[in-house]
Amino acid sequence: MTATGIGASVRRTEDHRFITGKGQYVDDINRPGQSYAVFVRSPHAHATLKKIDISAAEKAPGVLGIYTGDDLAADKVGGLICGWLIHSKDGSPMKAGAHPALAQGKVRYVGDHVAVVIAETLAEARDAAELVAVDYDVLAPCVDLAKAQANGQPQVHAEAPNNTVYAWHLGDKAAVDAAFAQAKHVTKIDLVNNRLIPNAMEPRAAIGEYDTGQGGFTLYTTSQNPHVARLVLSAFNGIAPENKLRVIAPDVGGGFGSKIFIYAEETVCIWAAKKVGRPVKWTADRTEAFLSDAHGRDHVTTAELAMDADGKILALRANTKANLGAYLSTFASSVPTYLYAPLLSGQYNIPAIYCEVDGVYTNTAPVDAYRGAGRPEATFVVERLVEVAARQLGTDPAEFRRKNFITSFPHETPVIMTYDTGDYDASMRKALEMADYANIGKRKAESAKQGKLRGVGFSAYIEACGIAPSKAVGSLGAGVGLWESAEVRVNPVGTVEVLTGSHSHGQGHETTFAQLVSHRLGIPIEQISIVHGDTDKVQMGMGTYGSRSGAVGMSAISKALDKVVAKATKVASRCMEVPETEVDFTDGVFSGRGTNKSMAFGEVALQAYVAHKFDSSEIEPGLKEGAFYDPKNFTFPSGVHIAEVEVDPETGVTRIDRWTAVDDFGILINPMIVEGQVHGGIAQGIGQAMLENAVYDANGQLLTASYMDYCMPRADDLPSFDVAMTTTACPSNPLGIKGCGEAGAIAAPAALINAITDAIGHENLAMPATPQTVWRAVQKAPSKMAAE
Amino acid sequence: MATVSMTVNGKTVTKTVDSRRLLVEFLREDLRLTGTHVGCDTSQCGACVVHVDGRAIKSCTALALSCEGKTVTTIEGLANGATLHPMQEAFREHHALQCGYCTPGMIMASVDLVQRNGPGVDEHTIRRELDGNICRCTGYHNIVKAIAAGAAAMGSVRQAAE
Amino acid sequence: MYAFDYHRPATVHDAQGLLKDGAKLLAGGQTLIPTMKQRLASPSAVVDLGAIGELRKIEQNGNALVIGAMATHAEVAGSKTVMSALPGLAGVPGAIGDPHVRNSGTIGGSVANNDPAADYPAAVLALGATVITSKRQIAADNFFDGLFTTVLGEDEIITALSFPLGAKFGYAKFANPASRYALVGVAVAQRGSEVRVAVTGAGSNGVFRVPAMEAALAKSFTPAAITSVKADASGLMSDIHADAAYRANLIGVMAKRAVEAAA
Repeated sequence: MTATGIGASVRRTEDHRFITGKGQYVDDINRPGQSYAVFVRSPHAHATLKKIDISAAEKAPGVLGIYTGDDLAADKVGGLICGWLIHSKDGSPMKAGAHPALAQGKVRYVGDHVAVVIAETLAEARDAAELVAVDYDVLAPCVDLAKAQANGQPQVHAEAPNNTVYAWHLGDKAAVDAAFAQAKHVTKIDLVNNRLIPNAMEPRAAIGEYDTGQGGFTLYTTSQNPHVARLVLSAFNGIAPENKLRVIAPDVGGGFGSKIFIYAEETVCIWAAKKVGRPVKWTADRTEAFLSDAHGRDHVTTAELAMDADGKILALRANTKANLGAYLSTFASSVPTYLYAPLLSGQYNIPAIYCEVDGVYTNTAPVDAYRGAGRPEATFVVERLVEVAARQLGTDPAEFRRKNFITSFPHETPVIMTYDTGDYDASMRKALEMADYANIGKRKAESAKQGKLRGVGFSAYIEACGIAPSKAVGSLGAGVGLWESAEVRVNPVGTVEVLTGSHSHGQGHETTFAQLVSHRLGIPIEQISIVHGDTDKVQMGMGTYGSRSGAVGMSAISKALDKVVAKATKVASRCMEVPETEVDFTDGVFSGRGTNKSMAFGEVALQAYVAHKFDSSEIEPGLKEGAFYDPKNFTFPSGVHIAEVEVDPETGVTRIDRWTAVDDFGILINPMIVEGQVHGGIAQGIGQAMLENAVYDANGQLLTASYMDYCMPRADDLPSFDVAMTTTACPSNPLGIKGCGEAGAIAAPAALINAITDAIGHENLAMPATPQTVWRAVQKAPSKMAAE
Repeated sequence: MATVSMTVNGKTVTKTVDSRRLLVEFLREDLRLTGTHVGCDTSQCGACVVHVDGRAIKSCTALALSCEGKTVTTIEGLANGATLHPMQEAFREHHALQCGYCTPGMIMASVDLVQRNGPGVDEHTIRRELDGNICRCTGYHNIVKAIAAGAAAMGSVRQAAE
Repeated sequence: MYAFDYHRPATVHDAQGLLKDGAKLLAGGQTLIPTMKQRLASPSAVVDLGAIGELRKIEQNGNALVIGAMATHAEVAGSKTVMSALPGLAGVPGAIGDPHVRNSGTIGGSVANNDPAADYPAAVLALGATVITSKRQIAADNFFDGLFTTVLGEDEIITALSFPLGAKFGYAKFANPASRYALVGVAVAQRGSEVRVAVTGAGSNGVFRVPAMEAALAKSFTPAAITSVKADASGLMSDIHADAAYRANLIGVMAKRAVEAAA
């Protein structure tokens, strides 16, 4: 391992600009002649648009243009798309309504886009937006997920009867029914996976610009995947052909999934830039972010686990209603289906699994991928089930898990996954030791003496990252391939630029990707630049989500580096006059085996460009190689988290006393960064479990539309975390990487709810377990009821 | 429109602004000091924290005109030339930032926190005193570590200066 | 924000003269500015009290602690004068908002706004403070007048709060997990044989006193004395964070903790 190579906790190269205030986020950019857009949004969850009167607004000072859905339709701007086609169990394709960027005919959630006002200044745009008079015919909304499919409910889209987008399933129903019929014990639970709002700290923003000279568009946008944005804006929205459309995602202040999607605002801004002949800038305020960023989770599930007399799991079945909101966002359909049900085997040998999922429209903001996307929901089902089952059987929850762990690999689950490798018991053993589980009884007694309730909870999660291969995901309905591209450009002096389709918005790719290059080429990371986020620089890429940038993005770089080294070896062999097969390359130096001839990497690069020492009919001059990497399988990170809490029964306040996380992410590039990802993921998982909740009232008004009501995790809500790793190298990619970005958010909710339910002595506890919820649950505790 | 003068990062600036101009807008748009960010509308996230007359405030909740004659320090003015402030160094050393968006406000708040609580400030105090700054990336774990380390470094810098 | 005229007077007298035709006072701005940003307030003019230095004074004046209306929460929380005169009081501004808000927000602004979830009103009421304005002196019992409402006249400016000394005082706050405003805050003051208990955050009509607890604590100023005194849930606020029953429970718990903390 070199000081800056794979496995070193290299301090991040990108940090200097952030800690000195020199980051360049979209809102930090002002373009010459820039104007400002403000969206007129629906105050109603469901209404017919009778008339939009812009006459007063048009006359307001500074107004450059006001546009509605009719203007987009007149210009044949396509609607927003959902890129994953799900088929219902009866074989029919999902039933989706249109999703115009500006509403046509109807509005379907509070915050839906009715019109855009573009003016010289932001204040003028806001003033004029208030003058747009919209005549709504207010309709009854469909808000409650549990009731949305009932007859007589308001219909969100005529195309989807009973608001059902699809009724999908996975697994073998007959086998599961048979297993349940033979079971000695069945554990059944009802779960709500609460709706969340991602809340990247940087609100979404866009600047659209049209160059009349070149006839081309440029979009600056807060995107996790600028190339996907360009593809969609070009191919589906019809803004411009790809060669006339440049998308730049500069520094992006967090995404967590919410910046994957192609939203109405950027679509409108880039289109309107040509209409008004000026750059058009829009920056969300936080309330707009709450209303119109795609939300996450929002499932209602009934799940059952069947066991034999020895406590061995026989089968699992789950029935889930998934809220998709008022329109299908970019990847919405895949999240509660292929990113959810295939994970229901968890870390366990479960011979039979059957899962039914209904995707449901409601008059709420669109729901799509949020950190973990489907996998936190699956883990919550599995890990609540096994915890409750263990408690019901009177078995130690850790032992119950160990008894049912998968121990040999590859392992084919009944829900289309083939786990390639893992050592689940190793993580469990380590976690038990770190958490001092052996002495939990003593600590519970100590807490009881203080009038407090102590509990411990486990979550042994699995996730599937780096969704692949493209051919397989295509067969499941994906509209895109899920490979990644890379180009390694070696400059004549031996410095390197790596162009990657993986965007970095907090993950530290500029450091970790450079570490890979440093490791392979033996050059210091200062000589390596990672270029991403600009479609004019990087030819194509699929972007950053699903913990894929290491396993897929870096594998593409690795593949390109193989080609660079191969070509440089050829060049070196000619220069040193040593046969290629006798050229070694270690620590940045090419040497002739058994000779004293050697050349540094930089010298070879220079020779590649001057091209004096080889026949250019045999070897092309230059040193630049590209690669597209398509993984052969998903990767399967796994681990065990243990939460230990103390509940104050007087107030219901839960204090997290300790948090132990042992994860297996395969080979680590930069342990410091990996641990940081774990910390952040746990915080979001804890947020879901005890703080965060997106609440709509019966009229479809979002009650949690600011930080006054949506509870973000803060430093004093959280403990420090004890994080450690075990390692089984991933056999499915050249670097052995599994991915680490989502693990914490996947593992944490079940661990925390398992801990609090252990403390209060019963299982009836909804997320988020706020003080009020926990206090009420304490009132209903069996011991309390017995005492009364 | 009215004229306002203040000292920002050591330089006196005078501008004519709309009475509605918030301090954060004045810094970002009029002075193009875009290191100070806006993350919410309700004065909670702390991305906009700057120092006014030596105290941390939320620049999204102050009118530019109210800062007449005051001394403002932003993230861009924290380092001493090429030498980073010990808190900036500590954030990098301890990986206390990921996307970087909350970072300027977080660092400005941290410096203020240490100035009020001293170089030996403990974890409990750090966590409690960070309730005006929201980070979505780090889970605060490394921020807390960085502030403790930055506090100690600020203490030794002060000691060395004395 | 909507457009407005901005004034920065140098004296209270000048400020008072500007308070007309929908003008609003700007103290620390921690409520007014967010409200204006969201276009929920549209004052014709903003009269900024920030340049009036005399309003920041904190002093012991005979048998009273007098805190200037523009003293920030941080200044009050960190004031040696407050610590020696009424040590329990420092905990109230110390619990407001966050450090940055405390560096801007002021006692006068907090009391004048009378947010039902603000902390100061409970302390002012429990301690029987006097609100000193540009025109008169108003006893706390007569000052608060329901949600976001006080008896202040349109052109009347709070200049100081006067707290009588000699009380044992404690405040316990249960913060709303999201906003960090008081979900329930209970202030308890014992002065001779008199005990006053004031509750903020919970009442649907703003800050209120709890006579049953006051009577029990007058007999014995101990947490145990109010264990069996149940707060009445009727008239309490219900929202997504806490319903009335939970708030009633918290009033009991926080009252006990305030008594324990009283100094």
